[in-house]
Amino acid sequence: MNKNDIVCPENLIYGKPDLMNNNHMHYCPGCSHGVVHKLIAEVIEELGLQEKTIGIAPVGCAVFAYNYLDIDWQEAAHGRAPALATATKRLLPDKMVFTYQGDGDLAAIGTAETIHTANRGENIAIIFINNAIYGMTGGQMAPTTLADMKTSTSPYGRDIQTMGRPLKILDMLAQLDGVCLATRTSVHTAAAVKKTKRLIKLAFENSMAGKGTSIVEVVSTCNSGWKMTPAQSNDWMVENMFPVFPIGDLKNV
Amino acid sequence: MSEAISLMKGNEAIAHAAIRYGVDGYFGYPITPQSEIIETLMAEAPWNTTGMVVLQAESEVAAINMVYGGAACGKYSMTSSSSPGVSLKQEGISYMAGAELPCLIVNVMRGGPGLGTIQPSQADYFQTVKGGGHGDYKLITLAPNSVQEMADFVGLGFDLAFKYRNPAMILTDGVIGQMMEKVKLPDFKPRRTEQEIRVQCPWATLGKTPDRGPNIITSLELDSASMEKNNLRFQAKYRQVEANEVRYEEIKCDDADYIIVAFGSAARICLKAIEMAREEGIKVGLIRPITLWPFPSKILFEYADKVKGMLTVELNAGQMVEDVRLSVNGKVPVEHYGRLGGIVPTPDGVLEALKDKIVK
Repeated sequence: MNKNDIVCPENLIYGKPDLMNNNHMHYCPGCSHGVVHKLIAEVIEELGLQEKTIGIAPVGCAVFAYNYLDIDWQEAAHGRAPALATATKRLLPDKMVFTYQGDGDLAAIGTAETIHTANRGENIAIIFINNAIYGMTGGQMAPTTLADMKTSTSPYGRDIQTMGRPLKILDMLAQLDGVCLATRTSVHTAAAVKKTKRLIKLAFENSMAGKGTSIVEVVSTCNSGWKMTPAQSNDWMVENMFPVFPIGDLKNV
Repeated sequence: MSEAISLMKGNEAIAHAAIRYGVDGYFGYPITPQSEIIETLMAEAPWNTTGMVVLQAESEVAAINMVYGGAACGKYSMTSSSSPGVSLKQEGISYMAGAELPCLIVNVMRGGPGLGTIQPSQADYFQTVKGGGHGDYKLITLAPNSVQEMADFVGLGFDLAFKYRNPAMILTDGVIGQMMEKVKLPDFKPRRTEQEIRVQCPWATLGKTPDRGPNIITSLELDSASMEKNNLRFQAKYRQVEANEVRYEEIKCDDADYIIVAFGSAARICLKAIEMAREEGIKVGLIRPITLWPFPSKILFEYADKVKGMLTVELNAGQMVEDVRLSVNGKVPVEHYGRLGGIVPTPDGVLEALKDKIVK
């Protein structure tokens, strides 16, 4: 038996989704973004929504999300993705519209757009990557940065007396009647990846069913910004992020 | 054009014209003196008739970004506001210029700076024609002087915006927005189907079909060489607009010794001042720029050989006067007369300024 007898379609048990192209990702090794991108591509394919999906990219590390998934994309100004998504879904109600946003985009500069889009119950999905830091600009403090956590703009640690506390924006969003799904998950283990995929699928199904706004918060690692190895980052996330941002459904109706 | 004549405010005419033109989405936030636009749209409830979406956003920032989303789908998308709110929209306008998205923005100007007054002004001229947001871009700018032109320029604004894939603005003020005049509204046009938009706007994000690659709407290009190419493409487009789309009105210029240059509500006042001047034997004409960008530089340059001087009349401290001076390039004296803070000039004031500053 030679290699070509084994490498054949019927033996394929794991592959790259067709929607993912061959562009080299700019994400750091160990970053959670690549995993979540792949899950989104898999879910779109499994739901047969390739021709109906419009993605809204943020400002932040995922600003180039449109380089990796072969769907139609709009690149928003910092924080404004939910406003773009609102108009897109209202004007194209039969499409599946999702935003992909980081913590600075969604929970700092875009707080007003996030809250009011959810309050109107826009039929969109929001994929929210929370890694407690600004990755793209080089590791500055985010609204979700933990107390005492060191960043380049809180080099002595986040002083909650002067710099605020980590913002649990998902808890705020879960209170709004327009929200049908507010869930917190992660992608640091195989089981967590599978669960996150189920939640993204549910969020996209909710968008198509017109059930309201779905927010899937993925508590994520930024090993470059955190200045750790990828493995250390996973452990640090479990020990430090999960107590502040507990995994699980806050709302699922 | 409908044969029926209606009596309505300029703001109301904008709303009715938008529904009739087949606009897909209006996204706005209330601010005086233009709230009648969104109020009229909400009262007309066009989502029940044409299917037009009307949405009151949480802020002007959200509203302009909703326009971005709608425009990215190739939809006729518009917003309206007044000066302080339009300042908030500048980021979004810059992004749309950079992403080459067509849309219509209405600015019913009020006195500034800051919260200023709610009375009419033309003090946002610089903001509109010189940039406003960041980066090298131009905004197609239409300046109506009547309720009829408020109605007509909705369609014209969208036509130009889509022809050049560029944002367009109707720059008007509280006089034109609030005054009532008779108007013939445009006929109803059906909204375009998704298939029609796919043909008209092959760049639109309507969902990727197998026959094409992904459509990506973005203003981002980190590679400087590529970004310079983008900028040069924009500049080439702006030169096309300047060559093809200049619009202005000439009144009593044939025998004129002097010319008044004024736009919008100021031009209306100047018509009376010109009549009074001619009764006194002063031969003065009016050039009314209808497009503020592209600016009617060529006609002003030509008249500079025929007249002894020009006066701009503006509801500001002297903004368009700089473009008139650049146009005539020193061939004749160009002076400015204006009132500030929401005060509207009188014909007497214009005539006095003409005699004092130009007819010596």
